Amino acid sequence: MTTLNTEPNLPDPDDFYDELIALHRDLTDDESALVNAKLILLLANHIGDPDVLRAAMAAARREAAHDGGLP
Amino acid sequence: MTYSPSVYPYRRSPDQDGDVVHYPVVIVGAGPVGLAAAADLALRDVPVVVLDDDHTVSVGSRAICWAKRTLEIFDRLGCGEPIARKGVGWSTGKVFHRDELVFQFDLLPEHGHRRPAFVNLQQYYVEDYLVERVSALPAAEIRWMNKVVGVTPQADRVMLRIDTPDGDYALTCDWLIAADGARSPVRTMLGLEAEGQVFRDRFLIVDIRMKSDFPPGRWFWFDPPFHRNQSALLHRQADDVWRIDLQLGWDADPETEKRADRILPRLRAMLGEDAEFDVEWASVYTFECRRMQDFRHGRVLFAGDAAHLVSPFGARGANSGIQDVDNLVWKLCLVMAGLAPDRLLDTYDIERTAAADENIKHSTRATDFITPKSAISRTFRDAVLGLAKHHAFARRLVNSGRLSVPAVLAGSPLNTPDTDPFEGAMVPGTPAADAPVTGPGSKWFIEYLRSVFMLVTFAAPIPPEAAAALFRDPIRCRVVHVDADATPSISDSQVVIADSAGLLTKRYDARPGTCYLFRPDQHVCARWRTFDLTAVRAAIARAAGNA
Repeated sequence: MTTLNTEPNLPDPDDFYDELIALHRDLTDDESALVNAKLILLLANHIGDPDVLRAAMAAARREAAHDGGLP
Repeated sequence: MTYSPSVYPYRRSPDQDGDVVHYPVVIVGAGPVGLAAAADLALRDVPVVVLDDDHTVSVGSRAICWAKRTLEIFDRLGCGEPIARKGVGWSTGKVFHRDELVFQFDLLPEHGHRRPAFVNLQQYYVEDYLVERVSALPAAEIRWMNKVVGVTPQADRVMLRIDTPDGDYALTCDWLIAADGARSPVRTMLGLEAEGQVFRDRFLIVDIRMKSDFPPGRWFWFDPPFHRNQSALLHRQADDVWRIDLQLGWDADPETEKRADRILPRLRAMLGEDAEFDVEWASVYTFECRRMQDFRHGRVLFAGDAAHLVSPFGARGANSGIQDVDNLVWKLCLVMAGLAPDRLLDTYDIERTAAADENIKHSTRATDFITPKSAISRTFRDAVLGLAKHHAFARRLVNSGRLSVPAVLAGSPLNTPDTDPFEGAMVPGTPAADAPVTGPGSKWFIEYLRSVFMLVTFAAPIPPEAAAALFRDPIRCRVVHVDADATPSISDSQVVIADSAGLLTKRYDARPGTCYLFRPDQHVCARWRTFDLTAVRAAIARAAGNA
């Protein structure tokens, strides 16, 4: 069983961030949503481990709630 | 029309005059589930009356995909063969996105089973064959145009008020099986509910008659060119009748969509402008998944759609209803005979609510994929379909319906847990796997599991006095002995069959001395590597709720 790694693991964070934004260049909002969904599914399958995926999903949802100042 | 509905006449019963008559069992509803229960009870010589408020069978083909397990149950009840012969067998399915194949499945990839994964046959034909079967059994009676208008459960019986064209009358019974369908009047009369959800979508269901060489199997499309942004499903039935389901969306108006001027263009878009076909039946459906909290309420037992409802993607509706009564009837008979405690009937509720939950889970997931509930859900669904074209992992996420397989009753208290090591799938709680054999009767193993407890022994015969003792026990157990080279034979207490293809031994991970104990509904409830009479008797007692 592996845990979700949230320590730095990207060799060049700025490069990655740039590529992620560029991925959506010239796309409509709907097209971007579809690309994001595909990316999630591709990466999820690559990771595979259900515990890691669940932890990532929980973290994503948790951060979303706090960002809005919601309880 | 390829079929003219059978009309079964109303007949006044002598029960309608004089004192209130009492029956061990009354069944409400002469649909497939009620009729199957009646056949099973009558074959066990239990007097049973089936009450139906109508005088005909299913209007429209409705449930058409009859699963292998259901066919095995129909075989046990003596009506499987006409259904399998009239219907169209299939095992494979294809799923398309736009005009590309994205997913294929084979539900029965191995040979050596009597029945295919599915037989497609219009529900009215299945009901006619069941009526024919039940009518041939002296212990059962079907009363048409008998409408139950009052149900009064009491401590030691259930009182029924029944309305007929000749006025109403009363009956009482020890046990009432409510197989009266999705809107279950019995359920309503008892103030009970089935909770769940409605799927906000509408589907046009059409039967057409058409000569076509289109190959067999289940065909499903997401967003095909002929029905953009919606789903379509195609199945072949008997008589060159084809079932087409077309998703319409929630905003479609059911009355408008049933009109010929709406249906015909849709069909021509799918089948080709020059296609020759006749529309036999059309209806617009909205699907739901629901279930009652408890399927047992004292002396009233709910089965089929009266107990649980699913959307049809996966063929888990009628099939699970038949499996409900397969589970119920042998238990009811042991309780009625005083051989099992009343609490054995609680295990009907335990086992079949678990099965219903599994069916609801799978049907709901498929329906959510076919009818996404939110914009983001639709986005993910379309993402899966897009990825499935190029990537193998995404194909397994494509969900147009996970087709019905019988529930494995793995957690049931009636099972005896394994104490010996076994490989393979045949764990306690699993329905019997079929295999070709050489025997004094059928050439299929599953036909030797005969509505009583069955002990199947491999290679090392058990002492004849042990087989005789099991046969004479109050809860009878018959023995089937399997040997590679034995001469097939039959006596009261033991049948000898040969595992001619070796598949039985393989499927059951059997070695010399291996024993499997099956319940009367052909589910494994215990297994061992050596025979021990005390252990077998204890497992039978446990499976009958006596432990």
